[in-house]
Amino acid sequence: MLLIHCPYCGPRPEIEFRGGGEAHIARPADPSQLSDDRWASFLFFRNNPKGRHAERWLHIHGCQRWFNAVRDTVSDRFEKT
Amino acid sequence: MTKYSILSLVRNAFSTHRHWQRAWRNPEPKAAYDAVIVGGGGHGLATAYYLAAEHGMRHIAVLEKGWIGGGNTGRNTTIIRSNYLYDESIQLYDHAVKLWANLSQVLNYNVMYSPRGVMMLAHNTHDVQSFKRHIYANRLHGVDNEWLTPQEARAFCPPLSIDPGARYPIVGAALQRRGGVARHDAVAWGYARGADALGVDIIQNCEVLDIRTDNSGAVERVETTRGTIRTQKVGVVAAGHTSVVMGRAGLRMPLESFPLQALVSEPVKPILPCVVMSNTVHAYISQSDKGELVIGAGTDQYISYSQTGGLHIATHTLEAICELFPMFTRLRMLRNWGGIVDVTPDRSPIIGKTPVKGLYVNCGWGTGGFKATPGSGHVFAHTMAMDECHPINAPFTLERFVTGRLIDEAAAAAVAH
Repeated sequence: MLLIHCPYCGPRPEIEFRGGGEAHIARPADPSQLSDDRWASFLFFRNNPKGRHAERWLHIHGCQRWFNAVRDTVSDRFEKT
Repeated sequence: MTKYSILSLVRNAFSTHRHWQRAWRNPEPKAAYDAVIVGGGGHGLATAYYLAAEHGMRHIAVLEKGWIGGGNTGRNTTIIRSNYLYDESIQLYDHAVKLWANLSQVLNYNVMYSPRGVMMLAHNTHDVQSFKRHIYANRLHGVDNEWLTPQEARAFCPPLSIDPGARYPIVGAALQRRGGVARHDAVAWGYARGADALGVDIIQNCEVLDIRTDNSGAVERVETTRGTIRTQKVGVVAAGHTSVVMGRAGLRMPLESFPLQALVSEPVKPILPCVVMSNTVHAYISQSDKGELVIGAGTDQYISYSQTGGLHIATHTLEAICELFPMFTRLRMLRNWGGIVDVTPDRSPIIGKTPVKGLYVNCGWGTGGFKATPGSGHVFAHTMAMDECHPINAPFTLERFVTGRLIDEAAAAAVAH
């Protein structure tokens, strides 16, 4: 189980959190103007890197706030939250 | 290739088993091949085998970063079934089950396919309705799946507790009798031996570093840790590392890689006659021929390539198993491990062509790829050889994420499967 450093509450066990997937995926401002390819890219296509990964977490059983984190997906170590 | 038979066994017994031929060669990579398969797991080796056996392609290499069958093929819980909900999935997975039936004979290698029945437990009204819908959908395709009362479920699997006072009482079960298990390593080894005998080069310890295209954008060569290999067809069958390999060809995939865990108990005498699954309490269990109880746990919630998962995931599954089978509470667990599974948004695989000419991909099997190994290799070999999808995998292409024609088994099962 990961030990996750919530920026608001400090280090807490992973079961208090909900993983929110890749970070910095902005919802397109006007989806109706988007091509199907771009819309598919927004909805489904992910970087899924082996190495550094910018991701979002929700401290759902704690302060219920979202935050960003950088984690290495090989060692599972958090670099920063 | 020496055929395995009772005669070869007797002959080799008399020479104290010192003269068995190697099951497959260990060749140096050649400068060029007609097709290169990236990934020497069950699906990749099956693809190479069917390319050679059914499409007459003999100059094929399987490039494996580690050793064959050392990834998810050697880490899964070996469950085989085809009781999916959607027409496309039923046809794909049942294609595999039909091939499993006589795979040992076809490969002349005992893959120990044991159709001992897969029983999926229903614990509430939603389960009952969902499973019955699956049963009727399966029957429309001539795929066996039947409804059992709790008493019938217990008669089929005596150690099961059907105590109505349980936290999640069993109110029925769906049974696919053709479902079962097979020996995972033997599947990789059998396909490797079969492919090798047809001239396929199986090259281990050879990682693909880059997939290069020519001026027209078609695949030209792959760069590997053991040199450059020229080829015009590359099939990527790299499971959890598909995003990494496809990234080397400049493509992004609708995949996320998660750790998935399994564990085995100490070996005990035969006690569990079938495979038991419960989506609601999340447990999968069967007994291997060595006597170990083989238990599948869930995926972690974060992407990772670590091949380990959180202990709380395995604990959750063991709690469920102990409730279903109170007699297992005193068993000790022997080993647990993780594999990296590539999960698609709709939990259905991707098998088909890519935007790069000559580059094909077979991935996204997520948490349930082993059962499909023969069928997956068979239709993917067709796709690579003909440069056109087999009718069975035509709905499973990358384009479905753009057209929106998803095959949403995730919603159908309401659980990783």
